[in-house]
Amino acid sequence: MMDRHMDQLEPIDSIDVEKKIEESAEAYLHRTNTRRAFTGLYIVWLRDIKRFWRDTPRRIGAFVQPLIYLFLLGTGLQAAFKVFGGSNVQYVKFMFPGILGMTMLFTSVFSAISILWDREFGFLKEVLVSPVPRSSVAFGKIIGGATQAMMQGIILLILMFFPFLYGPSWETLLKALALIPLTLLLSIGLTAIGVAIAARMKSMEGFPMVMNLFLMPLFFLSGAMFPLQGLPPWMTFLTKINPLAYGVDMLRGVALKGVSITGTTTGVMGKTGPQMQTQRYPMWLDITVVVGFCIVFLLIAIWQFGRQEG
Amino acid sequence: MTDNGNIIEVDKLVKKFDELVAVNEVVFNVEKGEIFGFLGPNGAGKTTTINMLCTLLKPTAGNATVNGWDVINHRNEVRESIGMVFQDPSLDDRLTARENLEFHAVVYHVPRDVRAKRMKEVLDMVSLTDRAEDRVETYSGGMKRRLEIARGLLHYPKVLFLDEPTIGLDPQTRNYIWEYIEDLKKREGITIFLTTHYMEEAEHCDRIAIIDLGKIIALDTPEVLKDGVGGDVIKLKTEDDDAALVELHTKFPGLDMMQDPECRLCFKKEKGEEFIPDLIRDFGTRIVSVSVHRPTLDDVFLQMTGKEIREEGASDIANMRKMAKMGGRR
Repeated sequence: MMDRHMDQLEPIDSIDVEKKIEESAEAYLHRTNTRRAFTGLYIVWLRDIKRFWRDTPRRIGAFVQPLIYLFLLGTGLQAAFKVFGGSNVQYVKFMFPGILGMTMLFTSVFSAISILWDREFGFLKEVLVSPVPRSSVAFGKIIGGATQAMMQGIILLILMFFPFLYGPSWETLLKALALIPLTLLLSIGLTAIGVAIAARMKSMEGFPMVMNLFLMPLFFLSGAMFPLQGLPPWMTFLTKINPLAYGVDMLRGVALKGVSITGTTTGVMGKTGPQMQTQRYPMWLDITVVVGFCIVFLLIAIWQFGRQEG
Repeated sequence: MTDNGNIIEVDKLVKKFDELVAVNEVVFNVEKGEIFGFLGPNGAGKTTTINMLCTLLKPTAGNATVNGWDVINHRNEVRESIGMVFQDPSLDDRLTARENLEFHAVVYHVPRDVRAKRMKEVLDMVSLTDRAEDRVETYSGGMKRRLEIARGLLHYPKVLFLDEPTIGLDPQTRNYIWEYIEDLKKREGITIFLTTHYMEEAEHCDRIAIIDLGKIIALDTPEVLKDGVGGDVIKLKTEDDDAALVELHTKFPGLDMMQDPECRLCFKKEKGEEFIPDLIRDFGTRIVSVSVHRPTLDDVFLQMTGKEIREEGASDIANMRKMAKMGGRR
């Protein structure tokens, strides 16, 4: 029994053994590096969240801001539509996904200003001179910004259950659950835009400037505030190349599924207006575009963050 | 590590920012276990050199290795080998000291099981254990510096870089920090590379490179450098400097005058104190004061560049201390 077993063993080839050791060492190194990359990402994220949480005005602002948008802007515009004659228009319901997208846009992109703060106050050097991969740092920043945006997003999603929006129902719950991953996806892509810009900027003052120059058109052309219908051709073209328009369309498609916005109303001045589309593009197209811009900006952000010098 | 005991080797390192040559073909080695100082005025290229050695800046030309690793091609290995204390604070004010150290421990891959022990060790060393749970924003400048030094040592680096470690600190804190640095060298045997524009600090170094306008103009131990100046420096103040200058030249031809427009009656003389009686005897111009001092690195710098290292900010305190020190020595 024993002998037969011995016979079955292959002769030991020393080169083969060496090769195996080398391979396992490489695998070990690879595992270690992967773990290090993840712990690096985690600690960068954790620090940003701690800073956010300890800054009380910022925390309160973050919670109140979406409510302000929704209640003040939404209620005001709803009243405005009544004045213009669309008495049955449920503008707040229409605008809710837009507010969600807008909150993601501003919070996500502006969260990247933390990179500029870190540069200003020197902490960025501590990070850049450490052996943690820069891609981990960039990723940690992106996830950190997305987390902050998601905290606001969750508050908005809870509001969905109120009667003035979609009301408490299983359908609303399903919608809210479906919106979580989609909102997260959007916020990651948007934070990546912010990081890509902030990584190469030296001055604190320039950031809000660039952001406003860049964010406002992105926001106005996204369909968050008004339906992108019946626009002049040049504007329609711009909305078609605006990735955020697909993001808002995606959120709206989910949130307004089966919800009537204009009802069977006669339109402005008694004429029959064009019927509101709740979603302009097919869902698959919306998601593909959002995933696409997410990946593209993640890569740009990591690349830009990696090539900065102290 | 290379065989010859050098932990840092720098060969013709160049850094250009557009047209400005910040570091111009510097060549030097740092031996394992020594305190090596980079001395020079602001803008001489000290920080730029450090930033290249610690991989924050890419050299325009030339090579450098730290702990045997190339600073261009093996950045991560270099980063793991070094601890950094930057010129400007680089702590997160909103976090506690412990959280700052934890962050550092994670990004430097300090194994989880030794983290707590190491943190205690370095906090004890800089006497901040009591304040470990306080946010850094409540710290004084000196405490922040100490915490940064502690943080730089947390991952047991082979080389500790200190870029102007005592800038803007009061004299007492400076002495404190210097005690740590010298203690560190003795106990841990780590190499310390520091930059400073305070002359009296450079005296603590085993070897000094004097750098000006991006070039190293001298490199040796402080003693050898000072001996090279040749004699004591005598500073004379009179009521009429022009007349005194003429008188000096006629009475004592061949005096080794210092070429410093702000100190026209300064000259070098071996055994300066024995020369003073000869000097003041029958001196026609009314003398306000005479001082003699052993050459300092200031004088070395002055001799080599024809100018003094201008100190910023804490210069008055620094000068006062320097005077106090000299008074004590003579």
